[in-house]
Amino acid sequence: MISSTPRVSKQDFRRSTGWELKPEGACRGGECIPLPEDIAVGDDVAIEQIAEALHLPVIHDEERGLWALGPSHRTGKALSDTEAGFTLPRLDGTPFDLSSLRGKKVLVYAWAPY
Amino acid sequence: MWQELRDELAPLGFELVTVGLDTLGDEGCRRFMEATSGSHPQLLDTHHLLAERFGVINIPSAFWVDEQGQIVRPPEPAPAPPVERAPRPRPEGPMPERFRQMAQEAMKIPNDATSYHEALRDWATNDQSRFALSRDEVLERSRPRSPEVALGHAHFELASHLELQGDHDGAIEHFRAAHELVPDSWTFRRQAWSLEGGPEGPLARFWQGPSEEDPDAWPYESGWLEAVRDVGPENYNAKFKP
Repeated sequence: MISSTPRVSKQDFRRSTGWELKPEGACRGGECIPLPEDIAVGDDVAIEQIAEALHLPVIHDEERGLWALGPSHRTGKALSDTEAGFTLPRLDGTPFDLSSLRGKKVLVYAWAPY
Repeated sequence: MWQELRDELAPLGFELVTVGLDTLGDEGCRRFMEATSGSHPQLLDTHHLLAERFGVINIPSAFWVDEQGQIVRPPEPAPAPPVERAPRPRPEGPMPERFRQMAQEAMKIPNDATSYHEALRDWATNDQSRFALSRDEVLERSRPRSPEVALGHAHFELASHLELQGDHDGAIEHFRAAHELVPDSWTFRRQAWSLEGGPEGPLARFWQGPSEEDPDAWPYESGWLEAVRDVGPENYNAKFKP
């Protein structure tokens, strides 16, 4: 997740990390982790603070005024569950949600033009 | 050939989803996607979401998703018969020496197409397949993710973002950090190398290494040819593990 501001909206944060920020803490898949009291969560949250609380890697490129938030390393593995959900655009720009293929066996094939 | 396989297996409830991993998105992928003109979903993945989310480290690779939306095989090399890939345009005139040597190394990369496709067919055509792995096995076989690797993914996304903003030098800086932190990712390196261009023409993005005229201007530790020789072509892809 890339941000040009030091705070990100709760919606964007949830979309990219899966963590929903609620009064009781950061919640995902039925699990909630209480957040330190000094983290002010309104409509948005400070990237560096929330990253530290949830052990997510964060980069602040000061020269370019950008923040990048990386994925969790909580389990030490790329996959921490077997849920395969993602949404990516088709060539014409319309989003495609993998869950629309529920009920089928799907081969997700990664290629590149290089 | 992937397309034919998909059409053959589709009546059994099988679907193919192809995802092009390229910072250049549409611009980079379109001509290849239009050449295959499949009826299956063809998607663009500008910032390599499949790497961050699922641990894709090279292409072509694939993972299997069952009827409930659960991964039953994590990303692994997915060899295809060569006719599937859009034919790479041949340059006019003689083949440059670098391409000749790259082709030579590529020939030495082992290809497990037979065992992979037997396994895929077994899964697609049966209710129970020994190639569909348990949840624990799927998680265990997925790539290691240390704090360094996770940070490398953040650098990669930032690099890709900067490239699209037109800040190529900034992109190089963060691509280099990503390469150092995620040394087992070929896609992270191939992506960055492919953005440096090469000799004029449609093969420019495959050059992936120092130019003959000014080798010192190359901003990365190595290029494809050098890196493959370094690890040995026999180690380029993980062997198929049933």
